[in-house]
Amino acid sequence: MAELKKEQEPVDATPNVSEVETVGAATEAEAVAAIDAPVSQGEPILQVRNLVKHFPLTQGILFKKQIGAVKAVDGISFDLYAGETLGIVGESGCGKSTVAKLLMTLERATAGEVFYKGQDITKLSGRALKAVRRNIQMVFQDPYTSLNPRMTVGDIIGEPFDIHPEVAPKGDRRRRVQELLDVVGLNPEYINRYPHQFSGGQRQRIGIARGLALNPEIIICDEPVSALDVSVQAQVINLMEKLQDEFNLSYVFIAHDLSIVRHISDRVGVMYLGKMAEIGTDTQIYDHPTHPYTQALLSAVPVPDPAAREGRDRIILTGDVPSPANPPSGCRFRTRCWKAEERCATEEPLLAIPERFVAAATPAAHESACHFAEEKDVVHAA
Amino acid sequence: MTTIDKTAHVPAPRESVSGDGPLLDVRDLHVEFHTRDGVAKAVNGVNYTVSAGETLAVLGESGSGKSVTAQTIMGILDMPPGKITQGEILFRGQDMLKMSNEERRKIRGSKIAMIFQDALSSLNPVLTVGYQLGEMFRVHQGLSKKAAKAKSIELMDQVKIPAAAARISDYPHQFSGGMRQRIMIAMALALEPDLIIADEPTTALDVTVQAQVMDLLAELQREYNMGLILITHDLGVVADVADKIAVMYAGRIVETAPVGELYSRPAHPYTRGLLDSIPRLDQKGQELYAIKGLPPNLTRIPTGCAFSPRCPKAQDICRTEIPPLAPVTEQDGLELVGRGSACHFWKETIHG
Repeated sequence: MAELKKEQEPVDATPNVSEVETVGAATEAEAVAAIDAPVSQGEPILQVRNLVKHFPLTQGILFKKQIGAVKAVDGISFDLYAGETLGIVGESGCGKSTVAKLLMTLERATAGEVFYKGQDITKLSGRALKAVRRNIQMVFQDPYTSLNPRMTVGDIIGEPFDIHPEVAPKGDRRRRVQELLDVVGLNPEYINRYPHQFSGGQRQRIGIARGLALNPEIIICDEPVSALDVSVQAQVINLMEKLQDEFNLSYVFIAHDLSIVRHISDRVGVMYLGKMAEIGTDTQIYDHPTHPYTQALLSAVPVPDPAAREGRDRIILTGDVPSPANPPSGCRFRTRCWKAEERCATEEPLLAIPERFVAAATPAAHESACHFAEEKDVVHAA
Repeated sequence: MTTIDKTAHVPAPRESVSGDGPLLDVRDLHVEFHTRDGVAKAVNGVNYTVSAGETLAVLGESGSGKSVTAQTIMGILDMPPGKITQGEILFRGQDMLKMSNEERRKIRGSKIAMIFQDALSSLNPVLTVGYQLGEMFRVHQGLSKKAAKAKSIELMDQVKIPAAAARISDYPHQFSGGMRQRIMIAMALALEPDLIIADEPTTALDVTVQAQVMDLLAELQREYNMGLILITHDLGVVADVADKIAVMYAGRIVETAPVGELYSRPAHPYTRGLLDSIPRLDQKGQELYAIKGLPPNLTRIPTGCAFSPRCPKAQDICRTEIPPLAPVTEQDGLELVGRGSACHFWKETIHG
């Protein structure tokens, strides 16, 4: 496990303005090529197979009878490689936070497996589970409610050491906590302060420091920046990217902000109503989406460029997401899809590379769960 | 990421109906809150105008005073602890701050209406939506219950709630987030106001629903030729709907500009930093530019320019002298209509 580095530059340091401008000036092709360089492939660190979580709906007080189930997560599969960021996007209620809880084994899966280094963690319990959890940590959404207001920052960040004493010997803990504070760009002297003495962005840094305490390999981030202001968001995102490089962390980055997900992710999965609709690299998903839902989602995102106001082809979906307690038959998106035909109601599309793209070497050849998958660039103005 | 484009496209302002001046004119507004920790100066001299059919976007982070300004205009500011120390709010030329409560009541709802951020907590959970919508007609226009109900159904149709007649006696919790926001919009529209203030109307919604709601709002605004003040922190939403933008920081307007101009060449380092710090959907950048530091505590606003501790261009003068909102011109002195920047070094910021 990598030892925490001492020589940290403060994260708040402003990058050179001229540097930022040259980045913008670089040709797009160059930028894409640099980013598309394959991430360390090989054996995935986390393999999720047909993961299912149903929450029972019961009736009656004394004699509870199950009358149905909320199918929050209904059979999703993906791999996570070492050092990569997998973004998961979707509307509220699509099950993305439940996936996070399942990966952390905070919720028990109804069916399916999560393999961490070849070991199915959904079946583990007791000591074995505790050992695995040391390597999978979480950063929560709301930095205001995820830190105990009665504990000092030192206690909050040091608490993981109480549960896993083998990581840091008792006498060494205070020093480790101060190191962690330094790593996330906070003053190590703040160790005795309470959460209310910090701003939202600083609190999220404390949450990240707590996630890093046990030197995990995987960090599950559930909407880590959505509660923060725009100018502070960038600071936290930059910090997370820096920490990833430094400690070779793998992130599962769950968010509803598609722009941020593109920025930080190597691969992106789009969820709809408990299922994965489309998954691929960030370029494949954002520049060459083939699933109608992804296209609608992307086209709905407001682009901070008034010149693009007219040029973009926006797809406005009608209606709301159906209830996960009673999802539509066949393809779950068909009730809001403009391409839906009879086949969509009867036959459920599988998440696979669409047949027409299998042979072709285009970026459209990535997994997409649609019978009528078709490439359409909705992000760039015509 | 921001390119300087000389041939920026500026959308033509929508035609204004009332020839005599703006609909709303906020002049030198100051609001402060007296708290245990001292006096928090939430609004420190805000000026803006809105004409009929025009959309003004007020952009700012939390604590920048954008919502407090809106609440002051509506007359729903909690006083105490809030206190308006200075300024005028002219609605059609009349100062609302000098009016009696009775006069303000007549304006509120029927002339100026507000859409709140969180529809679930803004609607009363124990009353049906039909009752809450009809209240506008019963109280302001003295309609009977039956007539008010018919009007409410009409309104719900107008904001495109399916099966309006059947859903009129449903309670707020039975509606989805997007539908609830539609009900909020319907309520604001009920009396066909001249001006609508929308305080983060889509922040709590998903992107697909956000697009629906913003489209609806823009459509209704065109139909009624209303003025709209859109308060938000989302630069994307602003780019989609606004005509002009006022950027707020620590209770002051730091930059005003027509929408195209602001994005193509900001004249204030804060605006520039904000634009550079948002990731883009259509391209993958490298490291994000981050504005260093934190927004200031409103009980202890820095001397001089409030942004100076976070500003990469700050000089000595920035720490001592408050920069006024100065008109911004082209390099050759040609006036840029509607542009202003509260920065000592706006010339360097906009012209390189």
